[in-house]
Amino acid sequence: MHFEYKVIEGDFVNAGIASSSVKKTLKQLNIPPAIIKRVVVALYEAEVNAIAHACGGTVTADIDSDKIRLVVADKGPGIPDIDLAMQEGYSTARPEVRDMGFGAGMGLPNIKNNVDKLNVQSTVGVGTTVEMEVNFN
Amino acid sequence: MSKQTFYHALQVDEDQCIACARCMKSCPTEAIRVVDGHATISEHRCVDCGNCFKVCPVKAIYIKQDDFDRIFDYKCRVALVPAVFLGQFAEDIPASRVYSVLKEIGFTHVFEVESAVQIFAQAKNQYAIEGLGEKPLISSFCPAIVRLIQVRFPSLVDNIIPVKAPVDIVAKYAYKTLVERGVPRKDIGLFYISPCAAKVAAVKSPVGEEKSMVDGIINMDELYNRVQKKMKELGKNYTVPGFSMARLSSDAVLSTLTNGERRLCLAKHSLAIDEIHNVTEFLEKVENEEIEDIEFLELRACDQSCAGGVLLCQNRFLISECMYARARKIAERERNGETTNDSKLDAERDFLLQDVRVSAVKPRSMLALDEDVSKALEKMEKIQKIKAKLPQIDCGVCGSPSCNALAEDIVCRNASLERCVFMNNAQDPEMKDIWGEEKFKK
Repeated sequence: MHFEYKVIEGDFVNAGIASSSVKKTLKQLNIPPAIIKRVVVALYEAEVNAIAHACGGTVTADIDSDKIRLVVADKGPGIPDIDLAMQEGYSTARPEVRDMGFGAGMGLPNIKNNVDKLNVQSTVGVGTTVEMEVNFN
Repeated sequence: MSKQTFYHALQVDEDQCIACARCMKSCPTEAIRVVDGHATISEHRCVDCGNCFKVCPVKAIYIKQDDFDRIFDYKCRVALVPAVFLGQFAEDIPASRVYSVLKEIGFTHVFEVESAVQIFAQAKNQYAIEGLGEKPLISSFCPAIVRLIQVRFPSLVDNIIPVKAPVDIVAKYAYKTLVERGVPRKDIGLFYISPCAAKVAAVKSPVGEEKSMVDGIINMDELYNRVQKKMKELGKNYTVPGFSMARLSSDAVLSTLTNGERRLCLAKHSLAIDEIHNVTEFLEKVENEEIEDIEFLELRACDQSCAGGVLLCQNRFLISECMYARARKIAERERNGETTNDSKLDAERDFLLQDVRVSAVKPRSMLALDEDVSKALEKMEKIQKIKAKLPQIDCGVCGSPSCNALAEDIVCRNASLERCVFMNNAQDPEMKDIWGEEKFKK
């Protein structure tokens, strides 16, 4: 099963639409609640990242019987040092974004803690692609 | 997916039902379908919120209760009365007058459910202090909310504080008090006066407990009518026979209104949300872990909480106002040092807190298409294909509450695509005038 969602830059009102939709789908597939929670937390984090830091992008979800694969791709500024960005508390968020309660530097680390596979590809000035996988068993 | 059946208080009188589909469209869990000319309620999905009961224009949906005369099976007939019952009577009618009329119509004792509110609050606070459960903790007070979480938000069952409801605490207290006064156990009949369908279901099949101590249920609307009738018969000159009864505290009177529980909870950050759609919207966020720092949630299925119970006979805002007025009067007396009924239960605190915790709430998700993931995936693919063909106007003529529900019913419950009246009339030019060409190019 393949799903696609658009994420629009700065559209905080609609943050979470992709994760809510994926959540409903996983509930219908009878995936254990604890696993759904991990997927949703990781995807919501990535969704907000794309809204807050990049110029929007797309979320794709591919679900088969043993895992879900999520790809969040944006055309944003890119991450110069991915290893640094993976550290808890590291953030480049603008003050106005922080004022909204986002940008605490927990995004990528939080994603990493919740998924089984994580691959972040980024080119400065081109964009970032976050690939995540969560196994159902 | 559980195959077990659950007690439901809401029932359809098939002869009365005119198949208008209002209930189907009002159901927050899509539990209702129209089949064979009448509404049917799915017991797996229904959370007993009572929305269908409220919107039915012909009273075809009813709430199962016990026959009133069953109280006379017992020598000692106890009414367990929630505070909102009083909210239906004019403010100048004192509680003692209402309760003595309850005795005129057959009860021998009256216990106020909310006298257990302080014990209930302590049990919840204790659970929080011990660091048990998932944050934010959710009160188990409203049984429709507990059931909503079980069927729609199974990942949040561990957020529910598993403690006995005030009615079960006060039942235990009433029992003990009467036995101590020498009443034989077999003579005691405890009857709960229920303000809503969910409370009926909760007493008949409690979540997290084997069996309730309550022996029977009387619907609040029926009791209200009986009391009003008796009051008329007794006339204005009726003097209340002198029986002493301490009053509820002002906190207890307000506890079942919105914010009532939250006021008594120790959490620094808490929220009170009423009305089931508001609650659902918020639980989505809790489930996504979008909510931080909130420690306690008071969630109620009815607008204005229990003042909006479907079995109450007055306007919910006026009931709420009346309760506040009564609470203000009590607060004044409290300031003058008068003791209240809650303090009587306080003396039995240790006894009542002994087994106040119940076992954890278990999920019973209604959403899963199949227990097997691969089969569920297959079904979902079929559903997506059907969804794409349907008009997405959720007219309900097919007997399902929405186009998406019909797609699911086709794949999981043998409904057919022919039920879609919209698609059947796709060639009609009038239809194209109304809905536009695009709608039919699927």
